[in-house]
Amino acid sequence: MISTLNQLVTTDLALLTITIALFVAGGALHRRTHFMLLHPVLLTFVAMIIILQLAKIPYARYMEATKMLDFALGMSVVSLGYLLYEQSEKLGRNLLPILCSTLAGCVAGVLSVVWIAALLGADRVILNSIAPKSVTVPIAITISGPLGGIVSITSVVVFCVGIFGAIFGPRILALGRVRTPEAIGFALGAASHGIGTSRAVELGAVQGAMSGLAMALMGVATALLTPLLEQYLY
Amino acid sequence: MIGLLVILACWLAGNLLSGLIGGYVSGNILGMLLLFMLLKLRFVKAETVRPTAKFLLGAMALFFVPYGVGLMESYTVILDNLWAIVLAAVVSSIIVLLVTGHAFQFLAKLRRHD
Repeated sequence: MISTLNQLVTTDLALLTITIALFVAGGALHRRTHFMLLHPVLLTFVAMIIILQLAKIPYARYMEATKMLDFALGMSVVSLGYLLYEQSEKLGRNLLPILCSTLAGCVAGVLSVVWIAALLGADRVILNSIAPKSVTVPIAITISGPLGGIVSITSVVVFCVGIFGAIFGPRILALGRVRTPEAIGFALGAASHGIGTSRAVELGAVQGAMSGLAMALMGVATALLTPLLEQYLY
Repeated sequence: MIGLLVILACWLAGNLLSGLIGGYVSGNILGMLLLFMLLKLRFVKAETVRPTAKFLLGAMALFFVPYGVGLMESYTVILDNLWAIVLAAVVSSIIVLLVTGHAFQFLAKLRRHD
């Protein structure tokens, strides 16, 4: 009985179903509590790890069972092109400030995280894993993977950066005298991607719109520039 | 269904391009830029890809769960470098917030004056 149950749990179908069930449950819990640290995705990471450990299923087996999700992730990165299109309709009169700020934020973000970590003794694998820490997870993974980073580190660090920016970002910006709603929204999206954007939406419509735009542009700029920065500047 | 076809075709073309430039930028990022250009140049109508794109974007967080679960194997590497990672990420995030916020605020003000 136990062994048949165990066999059932290790099928692709069961592992996929459990993953999606945890994700849905995490989302429901998050909506009830509204507590940032209980982010549904982080909850799903932890719960799935516990289940795999208890059922003694190796990570390689889980990865193989959920290949379908990885394929869907590839498609969703492509569909970010649609998001970029939607956001680019808002560019309008602010084109130059937006493009310059994106470029400045992208270069400052990648170099500062890499240089500080290197100074504190992190090796190259770690540096490449965290270099794209300010952009949305699917793009960050696509950047760090080919550079030889560890994608699971990338996804977790990017997530925590998003949560940090969403919680402390508005206060840091106020202390740093960033005052216009456009600039606040833009900075939140640039520093903490989708999670920062959901916080910006709460602050107001202008902040939300600018944040979504910043997130999309930061993703593109970081994807195009990180390989160059990696080769020449760190 | 045409939306799905457009997205997959962009990805495929992106992979092809990525191979041509020696993998400097990955295929799905190039596919994203291709899709953006097709929409911008009105070769593809936004309505055609909207339903598929919205679905994929809405469920994106689910799709990277398997990568996060990889933490069960890589957590020792994180713990070995915990302080370097945490400090670098926090300080760098503050830098990005202030640099982008001030750059935008300054440049937008400059623009209003002329």
